[in-house]
Amino acid sequence: MPNFFYQLHFYLFGLIAIACALAFVTRKSPVAAALWLVNTMFAIAALYVMMDAHFIGAIQVLVYAGAIMVVFLFVVMLLNLGHPDEISDVRGKWPRILAGFVGLAILAQIMAMARSSAPPSLVQAPDAVAIALRDDNAVGMIAKPLFTEHLLAFELTSLVLLVAIVGAVVLGKRRAAA
Amino acid sequence: MMVNEALALSAVLFIIGVIGVLTHRNAIIIFMCVELMLNAVNLSFVAFSRLYGVTGQVFVVFVMTVAAAEAAVGLAIIISIFRHKQSVDLKNINLLKG
Repeated sequence: MPNFFYQLHFYLFGLIAIACALAFVTRKSPVAAALWLVNTMFAIAALYVMMDAHFIGAIQVLVYAGAIMVVFLFVVMLLNLGHPDEISDVRGKWPRILAGFVGLAILAQIMAMARSSAPPSLVQAPDAVAIALRDDNAVGMIAKPLFTEHLLAFELTSLVLLVAIVGAVVLGKRRAAA
Repeated sequence: MMVNEALALSAVLFIIGVIGVLTHRNAIIIFMCVELMLNAVNLSFVAFSRLYGVTGQVFVVFVMTVAAAEAAVGLAIIISIFRHKQSVDLKNINLLKG
């Protein structure tokens, strides 16, 4: 049974994540939206740490809040899009109502799926992650399956990154006057 | 173990992302909404990893790698579109419209 302070902080970071995500989707300026999204990602990183995923929390801050969002802000500045009044960003009334209905429909689907349960043979002991965390610390517990069971997927990931680098350079290259 | 609360939070964040994709016209903001949806899915992976073992956290590493690659390629595409159209407003990007 999690103690009271654990629950309090869990709900606190959850509320921060939802509030920042709502602020994020209602912004018109891409720069303000990106900064609210960084806030959301920090709150999610705190939740990862609270759920015994310390390494994932660190990677979340480094890769998402650090690298990916900096790339977004870099593109916003490169294209000089920081002025929200130049672009009428949010769609009209009917698309917004439609979006609300689609959101409710997806929420209903998720709630319907939540009523099903996984086969009990898959469920591990409730403290399996805590034991793995204690035996081979925060990095080792991810590194061991990553470099043994999932080695092929790991190598393919490096191929994905190589293709992405080459693709980004080719797409971003300024073509000679054609 | 707070798994249900984490899954509910993940669902709410995912739906905020969906609504953002549907209501915005700025391609860069839509792209950021997709990142929010990926984050929500990662949160549910980590929540499930408390029930089904550490493999969920390994999947999160893969999802983050693919998300980084996707952000690099997607933003390069947006820059390329901006060079052609001088705009990232989806209203002006309608080559497939009949």
